[in-house]
Amino acid sequence: MSLYNTQKFLYELNRDEATQARYRADLEALIGGFDLTGEESNALREGDIGLLYVLGVNGQILMHYAAFLGIEWFDYLDQMRAGIEKYGPVRAGVYAMTGGGDSFTTEGKES
Amino acid sequence: MSLVYAGVLSHAPGITGRADLAKNTGLRDEFYAALDQQRQEIEASGAEALIVVAAEHFANFFMNNMPAYCIGIGDRYEGPIEDPDWLKIAKTSVPGAGDLAAKITREVMHTVDVAYAEEWKFDHGIMVPLNFLTPQYDLPIIPVNINCQGPPLTPLPRAWAFGEALRGACDSVPEKVAIVGTGGISHWPATPDSGKINEAWDRDFLDRLMRNDRAALMDYDDEETYQEAGQGGFEIRTFITIAAAAGGLGELQFYTAELPIFAVGCTVAKFSLDSAS
Ligand SMILES: [Fe+2]
Repeated sequence: MSLYNTQKFLYELNRDEATQARYRADLEALIGGFDLTGEESNALREGDIGLLYVLGVNGQILMHYAAFLGIEWFDYLDQMRAGIEKYGPVRAGVYAMTGGGDSFTTEGKES
Repeated sequence: MSLVYAGVLSHAPGITGRADLAKNTGLRDEFYAALDQQRQEIEASGAEALIVVAAEHFANFFMNNMPAYCIGIGDRYEGPIEDPDWLKIAKTSVPGAGDLAAKITREVMHTVDVAYAEEWKFDHGIMVPLNFLTPQYDLPIIPVNINCQGPPLTPLPRAWAFGEALRGACDSVPEKVAIVGTGGISHWPATPDSGKINEAWDRDFLDRLMRNDRAALMDYDDEETYQEAGQGGFEIRTFITIAAAAGGLGELQFYTAELPIFAVGCTVAKFSLDSAS
């Protein structure tokens, strides 16, 4: 159930401006309202995209959260790759990395 | 009156949000021109409302209470939920068509146990299409969702039946109604593989779709789709629903796999409306 709760935290944050205000005003109180493991709480506290990705947070939820945090597009992709390097393969869900960490965009920073 | 237009288009957030990063600006602008053509065709149809069959990304529905199918019956919607600077679409208010949507819902319920919602926030899955199809946000919208994100997902024959039910419902009301489905074909969005596209798989799917070949369209299973087309491939449900609603042959107006920064094979198509017998 814990991954479920992590995703629910992010789902509510992503869609609700009042929750976003609470996030900015008192993140600890917001986190305290969800039944999370220490690892999950920490990932949310630190905005650890790589760990949240590996834990199995749905990619769409994670992408909207990264946008909320203001993370630039190619950094967001790199943070997911770095998460896999640090914590291992994605543990749950259908958003696993299938491409061996390669970039599939010809555009962007590498050009 | 009846259904007056049916089409499909892509909705990936990069289409607006990462427009400036596209390398092949000529191809990008061709895609935008095809979307504008679609806007003109919907306008020329005289549509009084536009149904958008979408595959949302956790703007409204979560695994606490996930409908397989849902129709919006509100009079007003807000969007996008995403950071407007990221999506490059400003937060706005979009008119709904509550009474018409409720009538359509009532009709659909004769064959499909659809959920309904009077509150609905739009994410990129609806806002990107609207950005091109009704840029002034002056056409009343009826949002429709098919769960393509949180498995278990609805089987494809049910998506087909839902399309037929929507068609029957549209033909039963006096208003002129247009319908678009918006999904991805093969793609791996929101993973490190963003930009990966299986063009051969896409073209085969589009061939089946344009022939409106029900048997060939039903011949996918999610396990295979996941392997060949990624989790984004689950969104073929929205396109299949539109084929069923239209009944006629499709015409592919634009497709390219050469804009990987948009993270999807960019697609625009319309269908002829063979009236259901
Ligand atoms: Fe999508």
